[in-house]
This record gives sequence, C-alpha cells and structure tokens, in this order.
Amino acid sequence: MGTYSTSEFKKGLKVLLDGEPYLVADYDFRKPGKGQAVYTLRLKNLLRGTILEKSYRSGDKVESADVTETDLQYLYNDAKNWVFMDDETYEQYEVPKEVLDGNDKWLKEETKVTVVLWDGRPITVNPPNHVVLEVTYCEPGAKGNTATNVMKPATLETGAEIHVPIFINIGDKLRVDTRTGDYVERCNK
Amino acid sequence: MESLRARDRLLRATRSFFQDRGIVEVETPLLCREVAVEDHIDPISVRSDVNRENSEERFLVTSPELAMKRLLAAGSGPIFQLAHAFRKDEVGRLHNPEFTLLEWYRPGYSLEELMSEVGDLVREVGSVGAGISSGPFHQLTYQEAFLRWLHIDPLTSTVSELSSLGREKDLSVPAGMEEGSVDDWLNLLLVRCIEPELSKLGGVFLTRYPASQAALARVNPVDPRVAERFELYIDGVELANGYHELADASQQRKRFEEANRHRVDRGGAPIPIGEDFLAALDSGLPDCSGVALGFDRLVMKALGQAELSSVISFPFDRA
Repeated sequence: MGTYSTSEFKKGLKVLLDGEPYLVADYDFRKPGKGQAVYTLRLKNLLRGTILEKSYRSGDKVESADVTETDLQYLYNDAKNWVFMDDETYEQYEVPKEVLDGNDKWLKEETKVTVVLWDGRPITVNPPNHVVLEVTYCEPGAKGNTATNVMKPATLETGAEIHVPIFINIGDKLRVDTRTGDYVERCNK
Repeated sequence: MESLRARDRLLRATRSFFQDRGIVEVETPLLCREVAVEDHIDPISVRSDVNRENSEERFLVTSPELAMKRLLAAGSGPIFQLAHAFRKDEVGRLHNPEFTLLEWYRPGYSLEELMSEVGDLVREVGSVGAGISSGPFHQLTYQEAFLRWLHIDPLTSTVSELSSLGREKDLSVPAGMEEGSVDDWLNLLLVRCIEPELSKLGGVFLTRYPASQAALARVNPVDPRVAERFELYIDGVELANGYHELADASQQRKRFEEANRHRVDRGGAPIPIGEDFLAALDSGLPDCSGVALGFDRLVMKALGQAELSSVISFPFDRA
C-alpha cells in the first residue's frame, strides 16, 4: 500500500486512517511566510459518513486507501444481498442491504450504478441521479388538471414511495431524482 | 479578464507610487546560485545548463532579497522590484508556488517609518478596488497578541506550556508536535488562534517577532528577546513581511548555519550559504529597512476575492 506525502494532498484523495478508508473532502494549506506549513484535511469516513479533521506538517505521510469506483449493472436481490455485475468481466458483487443505505428503492433490473470498492469490496452504491420508474399505485389522476404544485403519494415499481402531481396515473413512467426523491417529469414515450 | 484588467491598474498604481517617491525600479535575476537559508522556505533547485559542457545547480529565487541587498551595498539608494518568486510545495488558497513579490528597501528608514509607508502603499494601491478599508491600520506586538487572545507569553513559554494550551484549545495538532520547538508551537497557535482574531481587525501590523524568528532582521537593541520585524495582516491574511535589515555578516552567517541545522534535523536538505551576499553585507549594507509584500494577495484583497487563483492568469495547476 502506498502513501501520500503532504505535498501530494488534494481534494478527492482516499486515505487510510486507523484501518478505515476516508475521502479527503477538503484541504487547507496554511503557512505563515517564515513559519512551518500546517495542512488540515477534512476527512469523510467512507464506511460511516462521519467527518473528521486532521492536521499535518510538511513531510508527514498518510497511507493511501485502495478505493476505486466502478460501473456495475444491478441484477437481482434475495432481500439480504443485492447482486451487481461488471458488464465487461461478468464478475458479480454481492452487496448487503445496509451498504445500499436506502438506495435499493431506486434499483430495478439492469439499472447501471456506480459502486465504490475498498480493497475490492463494495462500500457505497450510487444509483444514477435520475431513474425512470413506473407507477404501480396511486389515486386516479384528475383529468385536465396539469397543476404540478398539488401533490399526492404514489408507489413505484421498485416499492419506492414518492409524491407526484395530481394528474399522474397508474402505469405512467416517471423520471425521479434519486438524490432528493423528488418527481421530475412524466415520460411515457 | 476583468481581474486581469484590475491587476493591471494595481501594477500601474504601484509603479506610480514609487516613481512619485523617487524610488528606482530594479530587476534582479530569478535563476541564482544563492538564496536565503530559512527554516521553512524551500527553494526549487534546477540544473542550469550554462553551456554544453557546464551545468550547475541553481535556484529559482524564493525572494529577490539577497540580490537587492547586494545592490544596496553597492550604493543603489532606495529601490523597489516587482519580481516573481518561487517556493516549493506551497499550494493552497493563499499560495501559488510561483508568485509575485513587491519588495522595496529604504536606506535610513526606521522600521516605524517603513510601516507607515507600507500602510500608505496598501491603502493607495488597494483603493483601485473596494476590498481594503481605508482606515488606519492597527499595531500590535507579537507578545501582546498572544497575551490578549491566549493569555500566554510567547517570549517565556516552554513547549510543555504551549502544548497543554494547544490541548486545552482542542486544536487539531499534527503528529510529532510534542517533539516540536517553541517556534513550531507558536506557529501553530498563530495559525489556529491568532490569525482568526486578526481577521476581525482589518489591517494589523504584528511587530516584534521573537528573536528566534528574526530571519534576516536585526534583533531589538533594547529587548534582545525580540526582532525588528513586522508582518502586515489584512483581514487575517498575511500580506507583507518587513525587517530593519541585519547588516552584520557574521551574525547573518550564524543564522543561515542555524537554519541549515534545523533543516537537516527535520530531514531536509541544507542550502549552500550565499557567500556573495555575505561578502556584500561585509562590504557595508547601509542602515535600511525593507519589506516584501505578496502582490497577488494585495490584488486579491483589493478586489474582495478569497482565493489567489482568481487574480493569477494561470494558477500553478494550469500553468
């Protein structure tokens, strides 16, 4: 495993601290003209999402973490594990539900996701920012009412529950923002 | 483009400030055999091919100080320079490894007189933008600042006192600091605790740095614990560093040697002692005060920007 020295510090590095992977979320270099440089890193724990601040002096070294991102295709789940496949190598990855952190509700078969791997093990699954999903249940649509500010609950094919405009019907295909869970538009074509 | 035009206006205002005062603009080499030996300033060294048969190690200057003092010793009188300077590994919001220094020297000036002129320059040139307040600058000694905000005397405190204060303040302390020197701790406390306070005060001259941080400044003849050195802060951003210049060649040599010992102790490389520079001091540097001002930072503050990269045409990562 390699190391990063302070002069290599920058946003986006993945480092290993106390055996856990961290993302360098922010980097601050402070140096009085004649004084010693102080590097301060804002570090995000990639397993737990917690934030940590740590300081270093010139020449200090930090172990690098083998954290990579890869695009995988969602295949199926057995309620405990979600299974993804690398389209090129056909290698399959089993991801425990906890790691999906609620993102399982945006996934239907063949959805392409970005998975963060630490030492080859999935630690984060990021669905696409937008997915198109079919409405499986909602109250009947109010014909002619195209207002988008009046909302009602709807259930999507993956089981996700979101709020949709009043004119939406069962069977409509909706574009949804997975980061906020918000309805974006109807796209039935 | 807009910030480049504003930068041009500041450059013109700077030159006319000095022209009005009869100060000569000079240019000195950037690729030199000699740079000042300092604890925490690393020069970028380059193999310079003088010709096909000869190559030698040279440095990109970390400031034009040594060359300008050689001119002063040769009788130049008051001089100023807008020079590019280079420092290894200095990359950040307020740092670019290649940057512009405005440096000037005033024979016969006391440090107080120079500070007053620095204040005039910053207010006059800075008025090109709206970011620097035109009010008078505060003045505070290094000791007063530490006493006021940390209730500790920087001139008498020990490493263990300073480190327990650091723990008390819950500072994120770099590993290995326990073996650090008093100056390492003062530096950390300055960055973490004093600079944020200075940022509330607008323009502040921080004066009388500890003698151990004198670098190329004289030690105060009345209180040898402090140096005749100031730093100007604008809203907590260090803008200029000034000295009543040390003219004693043998004392300067000792300081360079001491700085080299510190560099080697930390696992760094020593820097060759600048013999031409020391010979110039030996031949007689006029009693003078001088200051180096980070010109990019002046532009940045004048324009109300928060990052150096917004006032540099091509920051280092795109240069």
